[in-house]
Formats: sequence, C-alpha cells, structure tokens
Amino acid sequence: MLAVHGVTKRYGEREALRGVSFQAGAGEMVAVIGPNGAGKTTLLSILAGVQPPTAGDVSLPPGGVGWVPQQPALYSRLSVAENLELFARLERAGGRLGPSPPGAHPGPVEAVAAMLEQTGLQERAGERVERLSGGNRQRVNIAIGLLSEPTVLVLDEPSSSLDPRQRERLWRFICALSQRGRCVVFSTHNVAEAERYAQRLVVLADGELLFNGSPDEFARAATRESSSHPGFEGAFVEFLRERGH
Amino acid sequence: MRWMLKKDLLILARSRVLVAVLVLYPVAVALLIGLAISRAPSKPKVAIVNLAPSSATVELGGTRLNVAHYYSQLLGQVQPVPAATRAEAVQAVKSGKALAAIVIPANIASRLSSVISQAHVEVIYNGNALEQSFVHSTIESSLARANLELSNEIRRVAAQVIGALVRGGNLGVAGAPQNLPGLGEIPHILRGIIARHPHESDRAQLERLAEFTEFAAQNLGLSRKVLSTVSQPIQIDATNLQGGRTPLDAYAVVVAVSISLMFVCVLLAAGGIALEREEHTLARLVRSSPNPSAASSSTASGRGGAALITREALIAQKLLLAGGCALVVAFAMLAGIGAFVGLEWGRVGLWLAALALGGLAFAALGVAIGALAREVRAASLLSFLLSLPLAFLALVPAGAVASGLYDAIRAISFVFPYKATLEALDAAVNRSSPGLAISLVHLLGLTALFAALARLGLRRLD
Repeated sequence: MLAVHGVTKRYGEREALRGVSFQAGAGEMVAVIGPNGAGKTTLLSILAGVQPPTAGDVSLPPGGVGWVPQQPALYSRLSVAENLELFARLERAGGRLGPSPPGAHPGPVEAVAAMLEQTGLQERAGERVERLSGGNRQRVNIAIGLLSEPTVLVLDEPSSSLDPRQRERLWRFICALSQRGRCVVFSTHNVAEAERYAQRLVVLADGELLFNGSPDEFARAATRESSSHPGFEGAFVEFLRERGH
Repeated sequence: MRWMLKKDLLILARSRVLVAVLVLYPVAVALLIGLAISRAPSKPKVAIVNLAPSSATVELGGTRLNVAHYYSQLLGQVQPVPAATRAEAVQAVKSGKALAAIVIPANIASRLSSVISQAHVEVIYNGNALEQSFVHSTIESSLARANLELSNEIRRVAAQVIGALVRGGNLGVAGAPQNLPGLGEIPHILRGIIARHPHESDRAQLERLAEFTEFAAQNLGLSRKVLSTVSQPIQIDATNLQGGRTPLDAYAVVVAVSISLMFVCVLLAAGGIALEREEHTLARLVRSSPNPSAASSSTASGRGGAALITREALIAQKLLLAGGCALVVAFAMLAGIGAFVGLEWGRVGLWLAALALGGLAFAALGVAIGALAREVRAASLLSFLLSLPLAFLALVPAGAVASGLYDAIRAISFVFPYKATLEALDAAVNRSSPGLAISLVHLLGLTALFAALARLGLRRLD
C-alpha cells in the first residue's frame, strides 16, 4: 500500500504542497490533476525520492518506486538497448536489481531483454534514442522506470508530448502494467485521460488537496455544485472555480 | 562508476567532431601561445639613411674608429629599408613601408672626433602607439649599445693617454713631442735639481712643483678606475635564488601543455556534468529510492534506498574521465614537443604527477561550472569565458602592472588552478621554483574546493 501522510513542501517562503494525504493499493491507477503550479510534479518527485518533503512522510510497499520523469531521461547518443543496459547495471550496482537465479529479480541482460519485449521495442533495440519518435522515447523512458520491477510506478505527464495514436498505445501499455498488480501514479493535464484510465483522482490546486476519490465520485461532487451539465472537463473547471482557483 | 565511465567514453567516441575540437582547439591555442612566448619579436622595418661617407672614421687619441662598424650594428637590430636621402626615408615611413627612419648625418664622424660636442642622429616615427613603442624601444636600445661602445672606446683611449702622461714616453697623439717624461718621474728629477741648486727662493718653488707633480701622478693613476665607473656605473652580477633559470623555449612548452590540459579538462568535465542535466538523467541517477530487499515499507523521512550513483560519485567519475583524457592528450603533447626541445625524460614520473593533479584541479573547476549550467553549450561557453582570461592573468609577470593590480591578479590566480598547474609543470619539467610538492598540495586543495562547489551546485536537479 502506498500511503502519503500530510506531505508539505516549502521552497523558502513559498509552500508548494500543504499537508497532502492519500493512499493507493496494488493495481490501482491514481491520476494527480490540477492547474499549472498546483504541485503535481512536486508531489510526484517526492514520491519518487527525487526530493524530500519538508514535513510529512510517504510509506511505500516493498519493491520500491519506478520513476518516469516528464522529459525522457535518456542518453540520446546511446541506443535503446545501451540505455536500458546502463540503467540496469546501475540498478544492480545500487542493489535494486538482484542476481538472476530462477524466480528472483533478473540480471541486467535479462532485464533489458524483458523490457524490450514488454515495450515492443525489440526491433529498435540498436537504434540511437536521438532517432526515435517521441512516443518511442517515452516508451524507453518508462521501460527504464520499470527496470527494477517496482511495485509503484510514478509517471509525470507521460502522454503530454505524444500524438493521439501514440497516446492510445502508451495508455494500453500502462494499463497492462496496472493489471499486473503495479500501483501507477501519474499526473496529467488531460482531464479526460484521468477520467478514462484512473481509479482514483487526486486533485491539487496551489499545493492544496481539493479532492481524493474515484472519477465517478468527483463527477458527482462537481456536477452537484454546477447548475449546467458541462461534461467531465467542464465540471473540473467549475469545481476549481468554485474553490477560488 | 565504471558503467558511467564506459557510457561517457561511448558517447565521446560517437561525438567525433566534439573530440576533434576538444583536442585540436587547445593544441592549436597552446602552440600559438607557445610560439608567441618562445619567439623573440620580429625586427621592425626601419629606413636608414647614412649620409656619412663609407670611409668616415672617428679619431680618438690617435685611434681610428670606423663609423661603418656602428652602422652595421644598428642594421642588425632592425629590418633595414634602403633610402638614399632623408626625403626618401620620410616617404617610406609615411607610406608604411617602414615604421621609422634613422638619418645618420654626414658630419657624424667629425662631431664624434671633436669630443667636445655631441653627434646627433635623427629618428622619424610613424604608426600607431603600439608600433611606435616597439620601434622606439628597438632604436633606443640600438643607439644605447652604440653609445656604450663608443664611450668604452673613449674611456680606453683616455686611459691610454693618462697612462702615457703618468709613465712618460710617446702619447700617441698627433703633434705631441716624442719621449716625454712621465708625471711619475718628474718629482724625482725635480728633487735632483733642488739638491744641485741650494738657492732658497728657487728651492721653495721647485719643492712646490715636485709636490704637485707627485700628487697629480698619484691621482691620475686613480682616474682610470674613475673613467671605468663613469662609462658603466651599473654592472649586472646575476644571481638566481632557487633552481636554474628556465629557458624561454622550455617555459613556452610548459605554458602550451598546461593550456591544453586546462581546455580539455574544463570542457570535458563541464560538458559531462551539464549533459546529465541536458538529457534530464541527473534526477534519475541521484534520486534515492527504497531498496527492494527491505523487508517492510520505508518512509520519505527515513529512506534507506541508495541512489543509482551518489552526487559525490558522479563528481568523482567526471573528474576521472576529464582528468584521464586530458592527461593522455597533455602527455602526448609534452612527449611530442620533447622530441624537438631538450626535456629531461628522467623526470617523466614528476611530469605525470603534475599533469595528473593539474588535470584533477581543472576537472573539478569544470564540474563546478557544469553543475551551474543547464546545458552543454552554456557550460562550454562559461568554461571558455572563465578559463581563457584566467590563464592569461596567470602569465602576467610581476612588475608588468601596478602593484595593487598585481596583488589582485595573484589572489585570483591563487584560487584558480592554472597558475598552480603551470608552476607544478614548470617545476617537474624545468626544475623551477617553487618546488613541485608545494604546487601539488595547492592543486589538491583547489580540487577539494571546486569539488565541494560542484556538490553544492548539484543540489539542484532540474
């Protein structure tokens, strides 16, 4: 179980997050949504261990967190396989990837092969990342986040730079990960994506948690306050406006 | 760390243009600077009009000095542009064919021979301030040498005459009587005469003459030394306090190699660390995450998971990469130049120590620069903007600028690795002062300082 308790983050005088709490179980997909500057990336980077919270804590299940930053964090002059192998070896050297006896975590070579297969990038394995499309780069980016076989996968706006077809393929891939028991936490500006793929919505604005529940609960809460029926995205905008954001 | 090193070497191998620029640019800059330092400045073009007849001689005390001798000395200091008349010389200067003109008058020999009046040489200048300064100092030094040689000749002739006056004999001066008595003999002669002429009045007069000639003979004997002192009041007795003086060409080698070392190290280290930011991999590498082997959950406030690579290890890896590559380039350069300039190969271990620690200090500076920059281009630009002027500052000699400014330059040079590397390499290659150990300790201190600054810079991950 992923549990976030009263997480606060301050940058000097500015409070980027104020006492945010939520929980997510195995196989659950959590969408963190909110307007620009809401604190989505800050929250995800705290979950991923990129930065510590000023106050509060994060409880993680055994197995650790896989981190997929918004911008693909890859070496563009290395090939897909070389990138995967490098990070697999670093994961192993860091103790996150164990040796490869049967039934245990795979070694670097096996992990690379497994990731290439999972992401459907076998044919592009030898190609340099700088020559890949945005969608394929994002797949490699996610594959690196999955190398250590984490129980929680944190993705920061994974579909933001992709065309609709690439987005569709990417979400199919992420949903499959969730169905295999991973807890997936992602941020997005695309409210429709959040409604469609997430089982839990965490709505942030100005560092404050405004909502934590299922998309259906959110739709009911938002439309209850609205006189019209503007659809999910319209309800979201109305929901924020009602709360002064 | 070795996987990160392997990765960086693979990326370098695939960036051939970058590698070529990284190696060729500093080598080219270093060679240019080395050449500029080791070569004496070229001789200025000067139009020379010699109006004195080629057979003109200066006669001093019966010795004839040929004016052509001094004229040829002057020609050796400049690139002469032939001119027959003053007008031609002025035209040559105006047109830019010559930076200056020297007009040697027809009466120079007679003026010099007269001894009582100075001879004049006309110098005509043109060009900008820098050119004027250059040609002015060249001509001044040439004329000073000619003046010194002439005054030495005059002193020699005067000493000969004085010697003859004291000793007697032939003065060697035209028209002077032969076989004259010397001043030194006269008191003895006078005292003989006094003894043979007992008249009181004559005796007193002759006694006075004898005393005077005795006094004059003694003091004229001293005047030879006085003349030497007057003709060259200050003479140089050179003493080097520590070690031997480094020959200019050997020093130029050290300057060239240390500049290459600096560029390769600073650019590689700054680019290497900035690349991690540019590719957004820095956060992925250094984030800490729970270890899967942990039995239970962990909290953000007490995470036990290790980063893929710690910031300290990342800095150390970039230091090794940049320092190692630069060591290879700089040593190859030193060895290559060593084939043409006499270097002591027996001290090769010390060369390597100086290059290695200099490389580490430069790499630490590069990592600190790279930690500030968000992208490789900005890091490279910053590296150039910072290191090039610092290298030139370190080459400013004491006394070339005002003392306050020189103190500031020394302080700046002290906290950047160029001067310490130059001194270490100079000590290792040329046995110059201060000792190698002091410079190596200085470089270690600077490495620690810049690595600490880089660590601070890497706190920011975006």
